[in-house]
Amino acid sequence: MDELCIGLCSLLTDAGADGGLALFLSLLVGVLLVSGVPLITVILLIWIERKVAARIQDRIGPNRVGPIGLLQTIADMIKLLSKEDITPTSADRALYNAAPLVSFASVVLIWAVIPFTPFHYGVDLEIGALYFVAIASFGTLAIMVAGWASNNKYALLGAFRVVALLVSYEVPLVFALLVPVLLAGSMSLVDIVNAQNGMWFIVLSPLAFVIFYISSQAETGRAPFDLIEAESELVAGFNIEYSGMKFGMFFAAEFLHVFTNGILMAILFFGGWMGPLYYESPLIAFAWLGAKGGIIYLTTLWLRNTVPRLRIDQIMAFNWKFLVPLSIANLIVVSFVLKLMQELGLAPRDILSASFGDLLPTTVILLLCNGAMILYLLGIMRRRGREARRESRAARANLAQAPSAAGH
Amino acid sequence: MELNAISIGFIVFTIFTLGGAIGVVTTRNLFQGTIWLMVSLFGVAGYFVLLSAPFLAAVQVLVYIGAIAILITFAVMLTRSVARIKVRYMRLLPSLIGSLALFLILLLGVTMPIFGAHPPGSIPDYVASTRDLGAALVDENGYVVPFLLASVLLTAAMIGAIFIARDENA
Repeated sequence: MDELCIGLCSLLTDAGADGGLALFLSLLVGVLLVSGVPLITVILLIWIERKVAARIQDRIGPNRVGPIGLLQTIADMIKLLSKEDITPTSADRALYNAAPLVSFASVVLIWAVIPFTPFHYGVDLEIGALYFVAIASFGTLAIMVAGWASNNKYALLGAFRVVALLVSYEVPLVFALLVPVLLAGSMSLVDIVNAQNGMWFIVLSPLAFVIFYISSQAETGRAPFDLIEAESELVAGFNIEYSGMKFGMFFAAEFLHVFTNGILMAILFFGGWMGPLYYESPLIAFAWLGAKGGIIYLTTLWLRNTVPRLRIDQIMAFNWKFLVPLSIANLIVVSFVLKLMQELGLAPRDILSASFGDLLPTTVILLLCNGAMILYLLGIMRRRGREARRESRAARANLAQAPSAAGH
Repeated sequence: MELNAISIGFIVFTIFTLGGAIGVVTTRNLFQGTIWLMVSLFGVAGYFVLLSAPFLAAVQVLVYIGAIAILITFAVMLTRSVARIKVRYMRLLPSLIGSLALFLILLLGVTMPIFGAHPPGSIPDYVASTRDLGAALVDENGYVVPFLLASVLLTAAMIGAIFIARDENA
């Protein structure tokens, strides 16, 4: 227990507090800090999201409450809290109330393993990456429960579609996640960041990053994968019966999940808190992580507000016929090439202490392999696009020949 | 039993596991039954954490709750009359004999050194890491044969499932 008692805990014991109590209090403060950061961030995120969406759509966005509309979310929150809390009479009351909590908790729990700086993280789990995947499955569960417990056919249909989407895109997500794990030789997120001291993993395997980016966009249910909402088809999806703060919890979870994924991608592929002068102060390291995560987050908002929604069959076909085979092939190629290079002595066996120079041959070869795969893929996609265009042109020609049929 | 963090955790996870299991067999609502099943499986994941096997805990949550239980909920939701099931299983004597026999076997298995049990208090200090687990799975002196057999079995099951689900005309 003594080696656990450092920092705030030792301060408390020096001040005369009981050892066990001091440890408990310091752990409690740590837990509150780690879970508090995302809770506070989400208030700001909602404002950023609305502002960015407004600018992309040539609007101004919230600008009345507080300076440049910064307090708009607080006002919205008060509104949501003071709204009548309706539970449908035929709903499964316990499950109906539990679903938004589980949904939000599944996102906040991810923050427990995120390394903010070299010294500040909730916990350095040996299985960090796997923990992230396991926790994400609670989010799926929450949506399923919400859809069923509402006792509404639209909610149920929405839940079915969303769960099909989430379960499908978890497969390429995990395969892409395995690439940084493989490169770092560890599932701990702290080790994954440290392993990128020589070279960021985005350079070693850009394809894995692209797959992770696409599937995490799908996991958060953002356009072009926003089947969750699909207002025109499902009214609102699984959360149709929810009102007030319970509805707010689902939305806060979604907003936070997007940002969490940005931070995760910064950690897995962009060296986390690595950056010039990060060793000077934990604050600089934290700022680097925030900046990288923030940029990735902004690109997801950009994407969300630019592309239209896909149909469910298109989404499923894209996943199972394109993304899953690609992610498996990418994993096999990376692991095979990496092992081959280690056997030949070209790649360092211990990536944690490898410098930029040690990693240069590995980087070049892996990048070439990735480039070759991307070129091959572009060829396939071009051919498919040409076929699709030819088909649609033929269909249009048929319509032109029979104008009376087109009218009906 | 000494009351420390581990024993409190053990009690909590036991309540989860057994309470969830009781919920599964007593509820009249199939969907709630699957939720209770997840609670029970989550309790088992907690045991793995207490036994210093975080990898197994995460896999337990990922595979059993994230995949199998979600599949069960899908199957349950596609069946008719999910809630308020009227049919009762009334053959109490065979169930009693069966469960007692199973309990006895488990009790014997745990108390007698049939499965090469450790004497009390001799849990090794060495905590196996995920790396050790992975190495043991592909080590020829370890579990490579069971591992390969399981892989072949799973592949066969997958091919079988695809074959059954395949449209004849396609």
